Formats: sequence, C-alpha cells, structure tokens
Amino acid sequence: MVSHLFDHIDRSGSVTAPPSGGDYAFDRGFRGIAWMSAAIILALVAYIIIEIGGKALPAMTQYGFGFLTSTTWNVQESQFGILPEIWGTLYSSLLALLLGGIFGVVIAIFLTQDFLPARLAVVFRTIIELLAAIPSVVFGLWGIYVLIPLLRPVADWLNGELDFIPFFSTSLSGPGLAPAALVLAIMILPTIAAISVDALRQIPYKVKEAAYGMGTTRWEAILKVMLPTAGSGILAALVLGFGRALGETMALAMLIGNSNQISASLFAPANTLAALLASSFPEAGEVEVQALMYAALALLAITLIVNVVGLAVMKFATRKFEAER
Amino acid sequence: MNAVAETAAVESVPAITPDNVVMDCELQKIFYGDFLAVRDSHVPIEKNKIIGFIGPSGCGKSTVLRSLNRMNDLIPIFRFQGKVTYHGQDIYDNKVDPVVVRRYIGMVFQQPNPFSMSIYDNVAFGLRLNRFKGDLDERVEKALRGAALWNEVKDKLKNSGLSLSGGQQQRLCIARAIATEPDMLLMDEPCSALDPIATRKVEELMLELKEKYTIAIVTHNMQQAMRVADTTAFFAVDISQGSRTGYMVEMGPTQQIFEQPQQQLTREYVRGEFS
Amino acid sequence: MNSSMPVTDAPLRLPSLHRAHFEARTLQSGILTASTWILALVASIPLFSVIYMLLVEGGSRLDWEALTALPPSAFEMGGGFGNAIVGTGVMIGLATLISVPIGIFSAIYLAILDPDSKLAHTARFLAKVLTGFPSVLTGVFVYAALVVTMKTYSALAGGVALAVLMLPTVVLAAEQAMVMVPKKMKDAAFGMGCTRAQVIWKVVLPTGLPGILTGVMLGIARAAGESAPLLFTALFSNYFLSSLSEPTASLSILIFNFSGMPYDNQIELAWAASLVLVLIVLVLNITARFIGRQKF
Repeated sequence: MVSHLFDHIDRSGSVTAPPSGGDYAFDRGFRGIAWMSAAIILALVAYIIIEIGGKALPAMTQYGFGFLTSTTWNVQESQFGILPEIWGTLYSSLLALLLGGIFGVVIAIFLTQDFLPARLAVVFRTIIELLAAIPSVVFGLWGIYVLIPLLRPVADWLNGELDFIPFFSTSLSGPGLAPAALVLAIMILPTIAAISVDALRQIPYKVKEAAYGMGTTRWEAILKVMLPTAGSGILAALVLGFGRALGETMALAMLIGNSNQISASLFAPANTLAALLASSFPEAGEVEVQALMYAALALLAITLIVNVVGLAVMKFATRKFEAER
Repeated sequence: MNAVAETAAVESVPAITPDNVVMDCELQKIFYGDFLAVRDSHVPIEKNKIIGFIGPSGCGKSTVLRSLNRMNDLIPIFRFQGKVTYHGQDIYDNKVDPVVVRRYIGMVFQQPNPFSMSIYDNVAFGLRLNRFKGDLDERVEKALRGAALWNEVKDKLKNSGLSLSGGQQQRLCIARAIATEPDMLLMDEPCSALDPIATRKVEELMLELKEKYTIAIVTHNMQQAMRVADTTAFFAVDISQGSRTGYMVEMGPTQQIFEQPQQQLTREYVRGEFS
Repeated sequence: MNSSMPVTDAPLRLPSLHRAHFEARTLQSGILTASTWILALVASIPLFSVIYMLLVEGGSRLDWEALTALPPSAFEMGGGFGNAIVGTGVMIGLATLISVPIGIFSAIYLAILDPDSKLAHTARFLAKVLTGFPSVLTGVFVYAALVVTMKTYSALAGGVALAVLMLPTVVLAAEQAMVMVPKKMKDAAFGMGCTRAQVIWKVVLPTGLPGILTGVMLGIARAAGESAPLLFTALFSNYFLSSLSEPTASLSILIFNFSGMPYDNQIELAWAASLVLVLIVLVLNITARFIGRQKF
C-alpha cells in the first residue's frame, strides 16, 4: 500500500497521518499469527488422529477386526480383545444416559418453566453447574467411600429377592457397574441440563403465550408445546451427554472394578475402554501399548461419531429457530 | 460563486468551481452482492460547506456517505463502480489503502458509539493512533470544547464514555472525530437517536465546525437539512428496474432545493407528498 | 350464590371458573409438579454429600504438614502432598502459557478477521468436537507424540496435554466474547482509520476482556481437575519437581493412587487433597463467573 498519496493536502493543525510502516507490519504480523492459530486447531485434530492411528497400526494389522469381538486380554500370550470393554462402555453409558437424561431434562424444565422465583433459579442453576466442576477423581473417591457402602445393602437385598432377573443376578462385592453408572449419571447431568436449558430458552416467548392462551395448564404447555418445540435441542443434549459418558475415565477406573467380563448384572464388576486405558497404560509393555492404542482408536472413533452427530443435531435445532424468527 | 441566473433555470445553480471541490464523487454503480443499491449519481462536495443528503428511506443516501471514506469495504459483498476523487486522487484506486482514507475523513455514526473506555481516552484515541507527540491534555480539551461538551465533562474525564447520556455520547463521538482535525467529516444521521435539545446542540456545533471542515451529513429530517446544509442533494428510489435502486435526483443550494426545485420528484418530496 | 338475587325460572348455567382440585388434568399437574420438585432436590444431594465429605474427611486432615510435606510411604504416618500442589500448579501454568495465546489468536480469526471462511468454519466445528473429546485420549495422544519421543514422562508432557484440553474452551469463550463487542464500536474504530490489527488490539480485546478472562479461567478450572491425561504424560513422583522433563506429581493423580490404598493415612490424605483440588477449581469457577458478570 502506498501511504503518501495525500501528503500534499494542507494539514496545518491536523495530526492525521497515515499508519506508519510499523503499524502495517504489526497489522500483517497480527493477522498472520491469528490465521496460524486457527490453522493449529485443524492441525491438532489431524495430528491426534494420525498419531493414535499410526501407533495403533501394528496392532490393527496383527489382530484385525477380531480385536473388537474377542473377549480375552492376556498380556503373556499377546492375546487381546476388547469386546467386554465395548460392552461395558455402552452399558454403563446407556444406564447413565437413562438416569442422567431423566434428571437433566426434568431439571431443565424446573429451571425454565417458572417453578422457581428468578433468584432461586439462579441459585439452583449454580448448584447444578458446580456439580460439573467437581473433578472426576473426587467423584471416584466419593463413590468408593460413600456410594458403594450405601448401595451394598440395597444390592444385596435385590440380589437375594429378585436374583432371577438378570440385572440383579450377582451381589455387589465392591466396585461394579451400578455405582459406576450412577456416578456417570451425576457427571453428565449438568451437561444435559445446561444444553436443554438453552434449548428451552430459545423458544420464543410468543410460543409460550400461544400455549397458555389456548387455556393449557402449565404441564400441558410443557408436555405438548415446550418439549416438542425444544425437541431437537434436547436430543442434542442427550447425544452430547452420551458422548461425555463414553469417554469419562477416572471415576470409572476407580468404581467399575476393571474386570474383563460381560455380564448383564448391574452389580457385577465390568470395564470400559477409557478405564482399560487408564488402568493398563502406565504399566504396559510395548506389545500391550500397541493393543491399547488400538483400543484408544476404537474409543476415538465411537466418541467422534457420537459428538459429530450431537453437534449436527444441535446445529439443526438452532437453525430451526433462526428460521422462525 | 454567484453565477447570474440569466438563462434557463437549470443554469441558475451557482457554479461549483473545480478548485472549491474537495471531493468529487462520481458513482456509477454500488452493489451489495447482486443487489444494485445506488446508480449514476454525481456529487461534488465543496470545501468548508455542509452538504446534506436527503431522501426517502432506502434511497441509498447512507450507502453513498459510507462510500466516501470506504466504510463499506467492511461489508464483504460490497462492490463499487465509479470514482471518488479526493484532492485529485481516486480513493478507490487499487493503490489506495482505505485505512489511510479514513484517517483523513472522519465519521460520526447514527448510533453514538463511544468505546468502553474513559471519556478522556475516547477523545485521545485518534491522537494516540496517529502518534501525536504534543500536549495530549490540551488537544483533548480543545476537541471537547469544540464539541460543546467540555463544561459537562471536565470534572469526570476518567468516567466511562458509556456513562454519558445519549446526546453527550454523540457529542463525545464528534469530539473523538475532530480531535485529530481531519479534513472532512461524514455524519450519518447523527441526531436520529437524540432528543430535540441535544439535536440543537449538535446542529449548532456543525455550523461552527464548517469553518474548519467540510461536512457531509445524511439526514432524515428536512428541517434539519434546511437549518444546517449549504448544499442539498436529494436522492430517490427507482423501482422501475424491479429492484430498489437509489440515485441522486437533484442537487443544489439548499434554499433552491426547498423553494424552487427543478425536478418534479424533488418538489413532491420537499412538500411532503411522499416519504 | 347470592340469596338476594331473584330466582329466575330457567337458571343460567355458567361454566364454573373455579379450580377443580380433583379433575384429572389438575391432578396430573399436581403430581408432575411434585415429582419435578423431588427429582430436582434429589439431584442436588450428590453435590451436598460430596461437599460434606470433603469438609469432614478432608478438613480434619488439612493442616500445614499436609500442604507442604512429601507423600508418605506405605506404613509411614503423617506426610502430605506439597509436591503434588507444586506439580499441578506448574503444569497448569505451562498449559495456560501454551493454550491462551493460541486460543485468543484463533478466536480473533474466528470472530473478526474471517468469520465466514472455510478455515474458520472448520476450526470452529473442530473446537466444538474437541470440547467433547475424551480427556483420556488427549493423554494417549500426548503420550504417543511426546512421552515416546522424549523417552520419559514429564511435567512438560503433562502441561501440553492440559493445554490441548484447555484450548477449545478458551477459543470458543474468547470468540463469543469478541463477537459480543458491539459492531458500532468496531465501526467507530474503523472510521477513525485503524488498521484491522489496531481495531482488535485497541478496541475489541480491551472491550471483550472480561469474557475472554472468563473463558481462560473456566479452561484452567477444567484442566486443574483433570487426571486421566496426566496419568499418561506426567505420571507421578514422590519428590518435588526439579526439572520439567521428569515425572511429576499432581493432586488428581495423588488422589487416584491413594484412593485405592488399604491404609487410612493415605485415604485421609486423598480426602484432604480432594478438598484442596475442589477449592482450587471452585475458586477459579466463581472468579470466572464474577468477571463474566461485568457487562459493557
């Protein structure tokens, strides 16, 4: 850019001047750095996939798809399979989704549909948000020393009286699926509640007015108008909550029992992909690390798909309202 | 200046001599994407005068104003065909940096838009931007006096610019614009967000400022144009091509535009027959 | 209702406008409302239970020794987690140094420089994907990328892993904060003849600062509580940090390790460390909220 074009203008008393060469250099450098930083995000994701995929490659060629369907994890004989972990991951996450979903959506309704005076709603919302701030390990610790002792008598009674139902077919000897799924539910509840709250808040006020104007009760308005209108947003909340549950690690590694078995029982110990990584990685030898990298890749693929679906649903939900406005 | 009205009425317009014209703006076409917003308008702007742009809404008068310091370049789909010659230099020339243009041609916007910093820092912003080395306090005071705001804010220069009332904020924005003493001042409906008293203060201010600056002002309000503008340009919307394209119908000394306009459209507009 | 009213032959039957307490829809409403209240209250029990346990179990053990001493070995009494506090602090510091500049600059690109470009759309989308990315995989990634090449677990690897975790939070929050800066302020700056960098540096960043800081604090809070990625990158150490390229202790890994030990002393320390960790995270969260509340 040429910056002396207007130098001939009489500017007595004026301090206007074109930007200096330094200003231009700063501008160019600044924009260059910003562009690079944005590009780093792309590079990072690509690098993550390449790095994990590359390290998993030896195990992939060696074990093939059998890795995903085999149930043995034997380091001595170099036999590896992650079917129990896939089962445990899906089972615990679905249970957590069921519980966390019900609680999360109900809390979102509770916070947005005039159940509480505005100030109390803020307090309650803060409580739920603080729940999200408690570190995973602390929930693990709490699970071991508070939740499991609390659950054991209940589990023993259910197992004693109803052991013909597969869910209650074993007793709770300590860590197990039930405490893990419960803690998982608590951990994903704030995510689901927060996104659902946003979905419900996005509904234009006139929709609510229209519902009440037709003479609905509060619950008729909520069930027949508000929830269906916010439906796709709440769906996104559930999918993203599910994604979070799939990848949650530490609390599960502490509570699920890290046992390589497939059982329908809620009280049997189990394992998840993330917990397998956390518990085996630090002491693993080279061959096991390769197998673990393959497991990591499987987890990466599952969570990536779930998250992308969740984000797509969320985008769809937001678009719907932008179009309506 | 006072060319005699001997022949046809059209020629009774006082001649605008080239050496008086600080900015000669020959717009051919202004597009937003595929939408033709303004076409074929020739607006010479004279030094140390106030030129008012009037016309019904959607006639492109703000678009034209914003083309004069290349503010429209911020809109990615904006396209400009034509020439705006400022001191002999086409500001749309490829070599010209819009940033430089805006340093010489200041702007006051429709909505008061002070930065969220102190009153003092708002006014000093442009001075610091231009690396002014002299007495900052003096220039800030001068600008605030120039904007008729000094007496109201001299004891609270450290307060946030956003703490002022709407009218004061707008005068702060004017002070900010004139602190560097630019060459021209563009004002895009500067009083539309203000009450009548604040409006009067800003108008009085404009009349004082034209001693030093050339001012172009877009206004919705015909009375305002009559009160402050030396020259008035009337824009209208042409819907004959299917889209709403603005163009300049007529331009001349304000009194003439309002009392004996040459064009039928202008006559109807100034008489309030359409808006 | 009013006995003084003349009784007419054909009584007018007005629909009752009174509440019908036992009509089905009223009853349904009541039950649903009651269940909602119960569920909402039940949902807050875990938080209060956790806080109660932290205060009782952790508070009783939290003293100067716990905050400064080295971790005890199996049968040793006393001890603390001073090295873990230092380690957590150092790794968070590293993570902040790495992620905040990159995060803010990418947010500048996404919010202002080229919000609608392909790069911006992709980066924004990937940042959102990364927020839901399992932290354990971040650990695995940094293990593969850094620990394997450096041939040692280290504070540096831990810091990088936490930086990867923080980055999306910082980017998205900072972008939001900058988008919120009113357009008229940016216009004013452009109208003064600012270059784009000057508009951002002198107007957008200062105005959006509270929001950006909130994002940074929330990112730090998230990183501070993380443990899974540290397990693969920093591991643990029983000693104070002496170099960035050696295994390093952190509060969260200490809690993880001690929680599974059969010794009361270690378990008490795990609770005390949890209390410290939760306090750090909560203080960061509350500060973030407080800063975020100041609106322009």
